[in-house]
Amino acid sequence: MKKKKAYSTNFIIGAVITGIVLVMIIIGFIHTPYDITKMNSAVKLAPPSLKHLMGCDNFGRDIFSRVLKGMGNTFVIAFATVTIGAVCGVVIGAFTGFFGGWLDEVLMRINDVLFAFPSILLALVFVSIFGTGKYNVVAALGIAFIPSFARIVRGEFIKYREMDYVKSARLAGVSQIRIIFVHILPNTMTVLLSSIMIGFNNAVLAEAGMSYLGIGVQPPDASLGSMLSESQTYLFSAPWYAIFPGAMIILMVLGFSLLADGIKEK
Amino acid sequence: MTKRGQKLVKVLFASMLLTLTVALGGCSGDKAGGDSTQIADTPSTENSEANAGTANETEDAKSHITIGIPQDLDSLVPSLSQGAGTQEILFNIYEGLVKPDSEGNLIPAVASDYSMSEDGLVYTFTLREGIKFHNGNPVSVADVKYSIETCAGLNGGEPVISAFSNVASVETPDERTVVITLKEASSSFVAILSTAEAAIVPADAEDLQNHPVGTGPYKFVSRSLQENVELERFDEYWGEPAHIKNITLKVIADSDSIVMNLKGGAIDMFARISTAQAAELGEDFEVLEGTMNLVQAMYLNNAVAPFDNEKVRQALCYAVNKQEILDFVSEGKGTPVGSSMFPAFGKYYVDLNDTYTTDIEKAKALLTEAGYPDGFSFTVKVPSNYQQHIDTAQVIAEQLKQIGVTANIELIEWETWLNDVYQGRDFEATLVGVDASTVTAGAMLSRFRSDAHNNFTNYNNAEYDAAYEEALAAETASDDDKATECYKKCETILAQTAANVYIQDICELVAIRKGFAGYEFYPLYIQDFSKLYITE
Repeated sequence: MKKKKAYSTNFIIGAVITGIVLVMIIIGFIHTPYDITKMNSAVKLAPPSLKHLMGCDNFGRDIFSRVLKGMGNTFVIAFATVTIGAVCGVVIGAFTGFFGGWLDEVLMRINDVLFAFPSILLALVFVSIFGTGKYNVVAALGIAFIPSFARIVRGEFIKYREMDYVKSARLAGVSQIRIIFVHILPNTMTVLLSSIMIGFNNAVLAEAGMSYLGIGVQPPDASLGSMLSESQTYLFSAPWYAIFPGAMIILMVLGFSLLADGIKEK
Repeated sequence: MTKRGQKLVKVLFASMLLTLTVALGGCSGDKAGGDSTQIADTPSTENSEANAGTANETEDAKSHITIGIPQDLDSLVPSLSQGAGTQEILFNIYEGLVKPDSEGNLIPAVASDYSMSEDGLVYTFTLREGIKFHNGNPVSVADVKYSIETCAGLNGGEPVISAFSNVASVETPDERTVVITLKEASSSFVAILSTAEAAIVPADAEDLQNHPVGTGPYKFVSRSLQENVELERFDEYWGEPAHIKNITLKVIADSDSIVMNLKGGAIDMFARISTAQAAELGEDFEVLEGTMNLVQAMYLNNAVAPFDNEKVRQALCYAVNKQEILDFVSEGKGTPVGSSMFPAFGKYYVDLNDTYTTDIEKAKALLTEAGYPDGFSFTVKVPSNYQQHIDTAQVIAEQLKQIGVTANIELIEWETWLNDVYQGRDFEATLVGVDASTVTAGAMLSRFRSDAHNNFTNYNNAEYDAAYEEALAAETASDDDKATECYKKCETILAQTAANVYIQDICELVAIRKGFAGYEFYPLYIQDFSKLYITE
């Protein structure tokens, strides 16, 4: 089916950008040109050159290496966040949407309460109680992301549960769990996929925001957000320090946004 | 949310419990070039007075400066204040019987004169004639008695500074005289009266926290929590009045945005900026250079493994290269120190920088002896609002890698630092600066006695306690040379047992917008706004 329909321009551009981003992340995991914490006073705030493609920061650390590693950190955090949010959200949304009743009422009201807080604020509260660091940020953002997924999936399930094919499956005696995950869930995929993409973008931005505020990835480790934050002081004398991490955030978000659009249009 | 609320209450409560100054500095070297130019550039007092005289009449309405501060004030009640960043601001609002001047001397403030009895036990202060509080009421001896008794814990409660437990009684024989009797003679008593906690406040003040009333050159107008504090010149000040009429103190908790705020015009002055930040400022700003008068160190919790092992602590000292830290973080500016004392202390200061010269092999050998041949890993907590400390921690973490030791940096908020690290002593290592509230050796050294309530590093050394006792005894006997010698011994013990990884007295850079001048450096952690004036 898919092959007959041409991919939209958005989808292709998005796929190319995301591909580049993913390749960079993989390279960052395997090998970086320089040790990302290695300081070298000889090249403090050096501009981009062949040796240091994106220049150096205030400790003489190679920005290109740090961007590669930082993208990896940002990606892993965003990925884990969305995974937590999506898995929990799908389960909650599926059960509440399918069964309705008091369970639906209770869970959805809790959901509304969670939803009422901006996700960054919720994460800040979480971090101020449990401490800073990568894993706490993942947990905090993950929880904050559950409600949006739960709502979308619940809506889809309410739509599908009265459909004829579901009714006939019930009559045929298929177990409810099987109906939920095997019969209905695949039909929600288009909507779910694009919301995962959008969720991923939000997670990238949220992680950057958290690290920017100094509560995400801790120094000397790098993330795109923390690099942006550190570079602020040198915005005029070493603009490349801010430009490259900033550009990478834009690329990551843009790539996934276009992909999400492409999926929706199909 | 309730949990967070509880935490806030806990932090506030902790703030109230704590009384001694901990300071944190946040800055470093300078780039503006030249040797310390600021003092030479500052016009003499007469000039500035003449200048301000004309400016005051005509331009009062425009006479305003916005000054950035790195954290909100922890308390507006002097006896409850605790952070050095708070006390340096309160210096402008409140005064004690005496106060420090910019050379570290004590000058009369609320008292116009004082004398000491032969045996050093009785101090007689004469109240300054005509001195008034900000609310217009004259200062009476009853106010002085009340303030000193509050500090000494004679009104019920604990002494707010341990040194005040030495006060036996406060008498007011007539309307101009206050007689303070001590339990034991102490050569540093008058200096302690100049600390922020010992400020004179009205005896009938009901709510100093929200309506601070003091005798200083500036009076409090209003405050918006975590945002700003408004001050206004006190026109009935007893001394030379301040030049600038209105001051707004703006809280800039994010150290990365200081440059933006300065360049964007949101603030006109920031007292402790880094070399890198100074380099960004450009033409519109004057950058003044002094020292911060504090000891920046990686303070180690001597009670937790592996830092309870002296060899491990020494290994860290051998592995850390101070000069490299200075080069990376502050363009080489700053004064390396080897113990809990900085050069501004003059006769009390011993240069102990040579105790540990960087030697990786030796550090490794010491670690092996201590039973950590493969190194270990620990967490260093760093307050997130002080870029200087964050940068230093990163360099140290890198240096320690050479001996297989992993330092994990954890950034925490300043309020959390006060609560968890300083008060709760729940940490392995922390990177901050500790300052002195008076120019007395005890201000730096008393916290390392094993039973000191503010011994946040849990340092425990019988020899040190003995040397400190000896110093106090010598002070009581007014044997100044002996006391100085004992204090020096204390410093040496701290260095030799590697109580902490001592780094430097940070170079202080003050950025001030052109058009303003008059900033004066103090040998203490103080900012004197009354000397600032407008030049154009």
